Amino acid sequence: MSIALEHVNYVYSPGTAYEKQALKDVSFEIEQGQFVGIIGHTGSGKSTLIQHLNGLIKATSGRILYDGQNIYDDGYDMRKLRGQVGLVFQYPEYQLFEADVLSDVCFGPKNQGLSQEECEARAKEALEMVGFPEKYYRQSPFELSGGQKRRAAIAGILAMRPKVLILDEPTAGLDPKGRDEILDQVEYLHRETGMTVILVSHSMEDIARYVDRIIVMNHGEKMLDGAPREVFAHYKELEKVGLAAPQVTYVMHDLKERGFAVSPDATTIEEAADEIMKSFEGTGSRK
Amino acid sequence: MIRDITIGQYYPAQSRIHRLDPRVKIICTLLFLVSLFIQNSLLGYLVATLFLGCVIKFSKVPVKYIVKGLKPVVILLLFTVVMNLFLTRGGSTLVHFGIFTITESGLRTSVFMAVRLIYLVMGSSIMTFTTSPNGLTDGLEKLLYPLNKINVPVHEVAMMMSIALRFIPILLEETDKIMKAQMARGADFESGNIIQRAKAMVPILVPLFVSAFRRANDLAMAMEARCYHGGEGRTKMKPLKYKPGDFRAYIITMLYLVIIFMVGRFVPFRLWIF
Amino acid sequence: MDMIHAEELVYEYDKRDEEGNIIGTNRAIDGVDIDVTPGSFVAVLGHNGSGKSTLAKHMNAILVPTGGTMWVDGKDTRDPNELWNVRQSAGMVFQNPDNQIIGTVVEEDVGFGPENLGVPTDEIWKRVEDSLRAVGMIKYRNSSPNKLSGGQKQRVAIAGVIAMEPKCIVLDEPTAMLDPNGRREVIRAVEKLRKEKNVTVILITHYMEEVVDADQVFVMDDGHIVMHGTPREIFSRVDELKAYRMDVPQVTMLAEELRKRGLALPKGILRREELVEALCQLR
Repeated sequence: MSIALEHVNYVYSPGTAYEKQALKDVSFEIEQGQFVGIIGHTGSGKSTLIQHLNGLIKATSGRILYDGQNIYDDGYDMRKLRGQVGLVFQYPEYQLFEADVLSDVCFGPKNQGLSQEECEARAKEALEMVGFPEKYYRQSPFELSGGQKRRAAIAGILAMRPKVLILDEPTAGLDPKGRDEILDQVEYLHRETGMTVILVSHSMEDIARYVDRIIVMNHGEKMLDGAPREVFAHYKELEKVGLAAPQVTYVMHDLKERGFAVSPDATTIEEAADEIMKSFEGTGSRK
Repeated sequence: MIRDITIGQYYPAQSRIHRLDPRVKIICTLLFLVSLFIQNSLLGYLVATLFLGCVIKFSKVPVKYIVKGLKPVVILLLFTVVMNLFLTRGGSTLVHFGIFTITESGLRTSVFMAVRLIYLVMGSSIMTFTTSPNGLTDGLEKLLYPLNKINVPVHEVAMMMSIALRFIPILLEETDKIMKAQMARGADFESGNIIQRAKAMVPILVPLFVSAFRRANDLAMAMEARCYHGGEGRTKMKPLKYKPGDFRAYIITMLYLVIIFMVGRFVPFRLWIF
Repeated sequence: MDMIHAEELVYEYDKRDEEGNIIGTNRAIDGVDIDVTPGSFVAVLGHNGSGKSTLAKHMNAILVPTGGTMWVDGKDTRDPNELWNVRQSAGMVFQNPDNQIIGTVVEEDVGFGPENLGVPTDEIWKRVEDSLRAVGMIKYRNSSPNKLSGGQKQRVAIAGVIAMEPKCIVLDEPTAMLDPNGRREVIRAVEKLRKEKNVTVILITHYMEEVVDADQVFVMDDGHIVMHGTPREIFSRVDELKAYRMDVPQVTMLAEELRKRGLALPKGILRREELVEALCQLR
């Protein structure tokens, strides 16, 4: 199961004064099981891009192949695609509407035409996956705390058993602990189920910590695509488009300038600490 | 898309029309609407077209923008046209097939009705395009002030209207977002019979209402935090004061009204059936 | 006189079951003492639900204490005669940029506060211009707020508060819904205001990077103030902060990790230059 974009273009309100090219000739392929981060400043085309992946927005030109098949072919089952490519929007708790959490999570499977028992089984499985406490299953989703609402909403997508999970800023508005909990849970899911995960985030620190590939969007174009180390090595270019590298990468560059024998491409705290310790052990001046 | 609805939106620009006192715009818009109903002749509509055209020109609002504002009334427009076309009888028959009959006066009425409706919407959207909702509110408040004496809460009503206008685009965008989020969960809004479709709206409407209530709550708190306590003791940043240009606008509109009334009634000018 | 002074502050609200019967009370704030000197920059940290927003709402008399007392600029917030004075002294900026802008044109929104205060027209115009300039939004005075970015909207909201000429501004998670660029814009605007207008700033947040320059930091948990000190003091207690669901800037975290691995770095390193300097000294 791979997703491939081939020369995708998208133009907003063509032929009007508001015409704007939101995506320009974007091509890439994401293999099953990858953990991909998409970064870019607001208005860079990230949101438009991810809505193409499950067919919510139709490209003006170009092709999108899911599992080798063009999703724009006549008779292609879009609803089935949306079950396979689960998209969690920003602030997903705003989509909750049912009287209790369990029924809300059932909404997705129900739309897939499953029986009531099957729906509930899947809903329970999904709620368990996101670590949602069982005692709240029958509570109104509107009475939950922010973090729990977010979990319930993500479970609403997982209950469709997608093969690809796309998360748009899943930690927006959460406190630091809540943020770590959600992301750890996503990473766990990725590891356990082999699900492809696409994470859109503004936090370079989070991206560096979790993903194994980063796609950088700028003005609707794919600007960079590679492993975090490779992408953040271009930190000067990133700054020009309103992005940055994780803080530790800057520390490493500073240290290198001051004559430390460190390679500056560390992107997480662990990598940076390893590098710095190594340089101290090398000189033997450790106190 | 849903976001394209432009009716009721302010179009910021510097123009003669923008600078007019909101009261002038409200009253003149009403007079323009009246003018559409006191006549029903080709020449009358030509005069109205000329007047509306000049106003649009002076307002610097792109025509495209105004035309877009017509979108939401297209259905109503089609309905009116079709009803008048087939149901109005009189004059000689132009087309006849099966149970459908189009007569001269049917055609005439439906064309004039369509123009009248379009001008009605265009005329009032010119007012909202060129007047900031706050201006509009101030204007209404001032015009309706006499009602205060009979205990009508004019200020409060005006404030409510201006807030509603501010939140229209925000809620439209929100509707769009919620719809997409539910579609990502496999929701289907396009197929099924009318009952199924109505049911399919629940997952959109519930979150929308929840969100609207939350926003209302937040907004009320923000207004209180900024010392809002009703109309009493309030001053105005942009108090309404008539300027010479405003009187000119009144005079021009009155003249227009007289002309359209006269030509509509007393100048016999016909082209074919119109 | 303290700008903000709270003694034994308590805020309780009723817990209700589905039928609306009272089944108990919740304490959102439980015995909080706080002093804020005029002109200072104070940060309040805490996870979601720690009571920090409830505390902020007391500073503007949106909520009044159910126990203890809150004085704002020497005025007891429970005194109904002082209500509008309290709100004028301590302006408030909220989290959601869309839900606090009332006007449909930027300048009209900024004028909303002064209008409510009954400021004469000429003076309103002067204040609106001044405040929009102070937050760098004068270019957008005739724009519709819906066309602005999140950071710009928040700056308009700040201008709207400044136009009321408050002595103190309380920002309740003003950056929680913004992207990093918007966040920076807002923090910079606040910083500039503090320097130019000498207003007291109380910033409620959970972004650690934003509190590095604060004069004092309070950390809240479960309605209590559990930590209090300078940013350096607070950030040197990494484990404690983590226990309160908080975080520290990544640089501080790296320094802590290196200390754990045996490097003799000082505690409470906040900025990247400090860490680099300290590491150079060790070499």
